[in-house]
Amino acid sequence: MNTVLENIRKIREEKRQELDIRVNSQVGTNEKHILVCHGTGCTSSKSPKIIENFRKIIEEKNIENVRVIQTGCFGLCAKGPIVIIRPEDTFYAMVKPEDCEEIIQSHIIEGKPVERLLCKDIDGTVVQKLDDLTFYKKQKRIALKNCGKIDPEQIDEYIAFDGYKALEKVLLEMTPEEVIEEVEKSGLRGRGGAGFPTGKKWRLTRDVEGDQKYVVCNADEGDPGAFMDRSILEGDPHSVVESMIIAGYAIGANQGYIYVRAEYPIAVQRFGVAIKQAREYGLLGKNIFGTDFSFDIEIRLGAGAFVCGEETALLESIEGKRGQPRVKPPYPANSGLWGKPTLINNVETYANITRIILNGAEWYSSIGTENSKGTKVFALGGNVVNVGLVEVPMGTTLREIVYDIGGGIPNGRGFKAAQTGGPSGGCIPAEHLDTPIDYESLKAIGSMMGSGGLIVMDDTKCMVNLAKFYLSFTVDESCGKCTPCRIGTKRMLELLEKITSGNGDKEDLEKLEELANSIPKTAVCGLGQSAPNPVLSTLKYFRQEYLEHVNEKVCKTGECKALAKIQIDEEKCRGCGMCKRNCPVEAISGEPGKKHHIDEAKCIKCATCISVCPFHAIG
Amino acid sequence: MSEEKMINLKIDNKDVRVPEGTTILEAARKVNIDIPTLCFLKEINEVGDCRMCITEVEGRRGFATSCIQKVEEGMVVHTNSPAVIEARRTILDLILSNHHRDCLTCVRNGNCELQSLAQKLNMTDIRYDGVKNEYEIDELSPSIVRDFNKCILCRRCVATCKKVQKIGAIDTTQRGFSSCISTVGNNSLNDVNCTFCGQCIENCPTGALHEKESIEEVWKKLKDPETYVVVQTAPAVRVALGEEFGMPIGTNATGKMVNALKCLGFDKVFDTNTGADFTIMEEGTEFVKRFKENDNLPMITSCSPGWVKYIEMNYPENLKHLSSCKSPHEMFGALIKTYYAEKENIDPAKIYVVSVMPCIAKKFERQREEMKENGLYDVDAVLTTRELARMIKSANIEFTELEDEAFDDPMGEATGAGAIFGVTGGVMEAALRSVSEILTGKELEKIDFEEVRGQTGIKRATIKIGDNEIKVVVAHGLGNAQTIMEEIKQGKADYQFVEIMACPGGCIMGGGQPIKSSKTRMTVDVRKKRADAMYTIDEKSKIRKSHENPVLQKIYQDYLGEPGGHKAHEILHTHYTEREKYRI
Repeated sequence: MNTVLENIRKIREEKRQELDIRVNSQVGTNEKHILVCHGTGCTSSKSPKIIENFRKIIEEKNIENVRVIQTGCFGLCAKGPIVIIRPEDTFYAMVKPEDCEEIIQSHIIEGKPVERLLCKDIDGTVVQKLDDLTFYKKQKRIALKNCGKIDPEQIDEYIAFDGYKALEKVLLEMTPEEVIEEVEKSGLRGRGGAGFPTGKKWRLTRDVEGDQKYVVCNADEGDPGAFMDRSILEGDPHSVVESMIIAGYAIGANQGYIYVRAEYPIAVQRFGVAIKQAREYGLLGKNIFGTDFSFDIEIRLGAGAFVCGEETALLESIEGKRGQPRVKPPYPANSGLWGKPTLINNVETYANITRIILNGAEWYSSIGTENSKGTKVFALGGNVVNVGLVEVPMGTTLREIVYDIGGGIPNGRGFKAAQTGGPSGGCIPAEHLDTPIDYESLKAIGSMMGSGGLIVMDDTKCMVNLAKFYLSFTVDESCGKCTPCRIGTKRMLELLEKITSGNGDKEDLEKLEELANSIPKTAVCGLGQSAPNPVLSTLKYFRQEYLEHVNEKVCKTGECKALAKIQIDEEKCRGCGMCKRNCPVEAISGEPGKKHHIDEAKCIKCATCISVCPFHAIG
Repeated sequence: MSEEKMINLKIDNKDVRVPEGTTILEAARKVNIDIPTLCFLKEINEVGDCRMCITEVEGRRGFATSCIQKVEEGMVVHTNSPAVIEARRTILDLILSNHHRDCLTCVRNGNCELQSLAQKLNMTDIRYDGVKNEYEIDELSPSIVRDFNKCILCRRCVATCKKVQKIGAIDTTQRGFSSCISTVGNNSLNDVNCTFCGQCIENCPTGALHEKESIEEVWKKLKDPETYVVVQTAPAVRVALGEEFGMPIGTNATGKMVNALKCLGFDKVFDTNTGADFTIMEEGTEFVKRFKENDNLPMITSCSPGWVKYIEMNYPENLKHLSSCKSPHEMFGALIKTYYAEKENIDPAKIYVVSVMPCIAKKFERQREEMKENGLYDVDAVLTTRELARMIKSANIEFTELEDEAFDDPMGEATGAGAIFGVTGGVMEAALRSVSEILTGKELEKIDFEEVRGQTGIKRATIKIGDNEIKVVVAHGLGNAQTIMEEIKQGKADYQFVEIMACPGGCIMGGGQPIKSSKTRMTVDVRKKRADAMYTIDEKSKIRKSHENPVLQKIYQDYLGEPGGHKAHEILHTHYTEREKYRI
């Protein structure tokens, strides 16, 4: 047998036993594994220091059988930094570096969990184990399967949990045709946004004749608030490496590139380590597993242009040119990197491949809806209690994500809208909360799946202002290549600025709508074509707000300061004084327990009082 | 030969049959259906940026970009549906909203692709007006002015500079609405690697790029009775000037041009073609000497100032390969201020030499310190063909109605060899005619050197002269020049004589020539028509070899002495220096 293969199988067997503690809480062992999230979010809250402290204390106290492991993201970022102790699966939330001593002393040495650090569920109950949190109840982890479970910098840990087993199966038992068939049958669609059938893309690229083909991974995740791909690269880089190799085999490519934003330093570093280890193990390079198939991967760093997430702009950038989209057709399958047939998928799409190969297309396609199979990872953010990373089966409703998983809207506020698809997507109002999330349903209600950003907005948000926010993002990020996007989006933004500053009239609204309908038809790439979506969807569901801004010169939320008429509803005011205390210009007066009043002459319309009022009496 | 696959499609209900690989735009224009374009420049800029050429293709989501989209069997295209027209008007509205619309005082008034589109699409109002980008005008260089306020970001200039000339002096910087075409560090073109070839001007659809005008200075001198204003016109000007007055491309308007110059009040109207004959005498003699002595071969021509600036900046270690000859108009200017001044007893300080050139690099060349004789510049002002046309129009001269007139004596006689200087291969051919006869002492049987004619980017030939075989190369366009220089640098050059012209096609397509729209460039072979006119002038010339020009013979005899001799060297030759690409 091939020595590489032999070695991998041996590691898998030995390591799997050793790491049973990670997945089996009943395992009979006196070992403890302290898992600490080392994703970007927790890292920014000092998780590396937590790891350091744990290790130091363990060494100082000379404790045996305890290992500290850096993992990828657990998902519940709102509670980070997160520490989990296995095998018992104790979930500690918001841990600080100075808590390490207590955790070691109490939990590890004395066997008593540190009550004050245990995570509280949405209803306030203290939860001992990760699995008991409602946050995880409706989730199904496929793309994130290893995130929070393994040390992403240890290839052996990846191998232990069926790592590179799919590659083994593909190279030794399947023809490229069979691989593509399997992906096709699975119903997997591109997770980058548009939802193009992955298997079809692979077949198209395979069918194009060419002496040189490329496999590219799009890791230029740029939607504001989205961090699905980053988390996968940080938590489970080998799943992407393995899938890219499989893709190379399927389409007939021997070279892969991953294009990652340089703003993802941890992801870049981990992926680099993964490639290096895979090379050392003979999983990348010449004649993998002794077959005729060779494959290698190189990293290319993006300089932070949102448009480089557009596949053709990304290819231009890899080629060393200004990141600007190409007019399609030709599509990358025909003419991609350096004009060669190129397969380009995003991180999350690749992360699904190994499971499809190992568990079969039938298994995969049993998850999800009729036309959208499998799961989707969302970066849940905005006005929602459980901000974090969630992976749910397609067809889960928005309500389930926002309320059951996300824990609802904080501060007792009401749900106003959710934005999916980032600046390319649209707003979904409360009336569509029960829409099952899949590609077609989201499109039908004027939004899009996008790459998975999901921003929840409560009822203090102005939808006109929101449209302006997203549009200003697109205006900043437009590459400037084509006229409609370069000038058209700028004009739309100017119109929105006019409207939100109280200078807009009916004709401005007409112009805004005209441009919003024209640009999608004439812009070169997805960025420009979808740029008006936030405007179109808010116009569709919240037209009344636009009309108020234009006709009555009023922004009821007070977010558009020039149009804010901030008043205290005397019926609701209890005289608690929160508004008065938080008013930066002392414009609010009132005796404790009595109705309060705003002096309009002093008010700067900052809307702080609206957000702090516990009785929702200000608006 | 394999048969070309043909594609059948319908455009605006017309059946069209075109070869596979044709774009919708090409197919439509073939059957006289026009689709408006702005960024499109055949074979140079086919990127689909401006979105003007969008069309509807039945069964397809969104619009098709007709300058890129290839035809497909059974395709049904609508180029002018109401939806398409509306979308195009919106796009044009947006472009105009960020354009300084001071058309009345714009150098391109009446010859602007944006203006004519606005007229065509009946843009009576700008619906989506808003803030405009404001830029400082770059007019530091002696040759070129950039006015970004007129730029519509079609990037035709960028593609020309990068892909054709392979200079890359300009490219897009910034993003989105702030995108603009700029240089390294946003410095003036005067201080970067620009060669002043002016090809960007030729390809600019608007007034964002134009030559640095010298018209006012020339008018001033014409008004001054104390100044003796002499004008000379380059070979390529006469075959293009007529275009500015509606005459067909390729019209030889020599007689009318001379008449117009006289009407404008120039004291003498001379022909730079005579200067070109001098160049041949000097360059031919230099080549024969260097060939015999095997001295720094290959020898490369030096009459294209854009090319000279290019080699000074990019291959200074190879400057020794350049001929030391000044360019024809500089030689001629020098002779006017020396020989002619002496002969006519005019104070050279009072002579003002104006060169009408198809070139903007000549404006730079004119003010080089080396181009001086006794402290006086050989040439005092350079006008482009376009500037001359503007002066003629300002003077209200009905150009097309003018009678033909002849150049003034005693420096008005030129040969056919001097005439073809303005087209690629022309200098080489003119030189070979004289070099052959000088080397062999025998009259040539056939004086047409067909092997160096034509539009191929790099032309290579072996010419048998007596017992010698001379390998020659002719390259035009700086992209092709780069190929030759790399060969020389790598020691792969097995040729002895090289002609290089900075502009693709030679001076007839120079940066100072009448500007042709992208559509004209696509549908008419402008280069060939102008070149044909040049060769016709040569064919019809009484004398077709420079060394047989009686004017030259007399001046050498009376004044200069031997070609390549001491005095000739002093007046007609120059030197070159390494030049920094970036002065920043």
